[in-house]
Amino acid sequence: MKEEIIIAGFGGQGVLFMGRILAYGGIMQDQEVTWMPSYGPEMRGGTCNVSVILSDNKISSPILSRFDTAIILNQQSLDKFEKQVKPGGVLIYDPNGITRHPERKDIKVCRIAAVDEAAKLGNAKAYNMIVLGAYLKVKPVVTFENVIKGLRKSLPERHHHLMEMNEKAISVGMEAVEIL
Amino acid sequence: MAEKILMKGNEAIAYAAINCGCDGYFGYPITPQSEVMETLMLEKPWETTGMVVLQAESEISSINMVYGGACCGKKVMTSSSSPGISLMCEGLSYLAGCELPCLVVNVMRGGPGLGTIQPSQSDYFQATKGGGHGDYRTIVLAPATVQDMYDYVDLSFELAFKYRNPVMILGDGVVGQMMEKVELRPAKPRRTDEELRELCDSWATLGKPASRPGNIITSLALDADIMERHNIHLQNKYATIEANEARYETYMTKDADHLIVAFGCMSRICENVVELARQDGIKLGVLRPITLYPYPEKALDALVPQMKSIMSVELNSGQMVEDVRRIASGRAPVHFYGRQGGAVPSPEEIYEAFVKTIKK
Repeated sequence: MKEEIIIAGFGGQGVLFMGRILAYGGIMQDQEVTWMPSYGPEMRGGTCNVSVILSDNKISSPILSRFDTAIILNQQSLDKFEKQVKPGGVLIYDPNGITRHPERKDIKVCRIAAVDEAAKLGNAKAYNMIVLGAYLKVKPVVTFENVIKGLRKSLPERHHHLMEMNEKAISVGMEAVEIL
Repeated sequence: MAEKILMKGNEAIAYAAINCGCDGYFGYPITPQSEVMETLMLEKPWETTGMVVLQAESEISSINMVYGGACCGKKVMTSSSSPGISLMCEGLSYLAGCELPCLVVNVMRGGPGLGTIQPSQSDYFQATKGGGHGDYRTIVLAPATVQDMYDYVDLSFELAFKYRNPVMILGDGVVGQMMEKVELRPAKPRRTDEELRELCDSWATLGKPASRPGNIITSLALDADIMERHNIHLQNKYATIEANEARYETYMTKDADHLIVAFGCMSRICENVVELARQDGIKLGVLRPITLYPYPEKALDALVPQMKSIMSVELNSGQMVEDVRRIASGRAPVHFYGRQGGAVPSPEEIYEAFVKTIKK
């Protein structure tokens, strides 16, 4: 198994952290992983992305131009990465703020209204976990249990009381994702 | 099985330093390697192993603190990125001249000048051919994975003390910023004063016992004869290093007709290029120098005769390719492909460039 993912959006949406949890989830099921962020001015706002690779075998290049899955959280990233999804691959996006929707017919397009769902939960910070849930539903490459283990590893102890809320947000994302 | 932890390359440098019994880190922040000192400050090793971590007022100050620590036989290190390393080069020349062991980590970014914070490999010349003044050499290790970043710290100190010479880990923004899983190694305690005296008493400034004359550490030798003798001694040492310490890896070179030579993160990207080529029936392989000085001359030399073409792939405008050309010495055509200023090519882009060179 090899899954090459790009997660892209604005700085502050939790893009890098979502990738980190996926990567830790991969380690929990004994896979090889790489997590390669865009870094620099993105930290202060603007677009931001991370590519995550999960594989049963040794990973060569951490730099990719074609992906099995693209998780897209703003228009700029959609414009940039829609064409980089492999034919037959998956594109998951949040329609919030999107004016030009995905157009490709040779890939599976899924929609997760994560901004709306986070508002319903009354917790804007749960946004990235809702998106993660949507991904796990469409592509169950990492088991829910291993993601939770990965989440626990990624969160400092002082934040462990937030585990329940995050688990809930992942479940919400799994239910709310629409396959178009 | 040892625990495997997800961490950044820069964090791996910090954890490895604490783990292998490093005595002191002196540095000044610069992207893309600031997590080295950040991690050390968070871990507070001065409370556990007694390791000193100090943010100096500049890179010049950092390297001279390393100089001082190394004079006392301590395992000391610094880290920086390209512009900061330029500031340290005077100190590196002095460390090499005085034959002092130390570790300098360069997580390269695009230049020249202040440049960009994005990854680059444009300090190959600086790292392998000097940087500072004088006929000196630095042992240079080029990590390609986060595990390499972790493992090369201990290896660097081993080599630094074995040859009493500065060692550089020459990484780049990709291996520094990337996270991968790292298998932790058994911890080595810091050297005790007794161990230090046993190992370094012949040269380090440990305090003069009655039994021997004082150790003087200097790179100054005004007398031309003495200076030449010291230079000959250094060159003999470098010859020993060249004979014994060249390290490399190969990927699918056994049956290869074409060869890519690439170091650091580029060697991994080029492994994907090999897969693309082999899908098209082209037998391509990769030679990855692990030590850039000493260069794996014999390994490359032995591969040249079977190759119809060789391409050096680098994140610069063509630096290592000069060594590749020198070693190939006309026996196979040597091409170059590179991106500069922080741009990193994809495997497809490199493959396209490779195909163009073999169709010519």
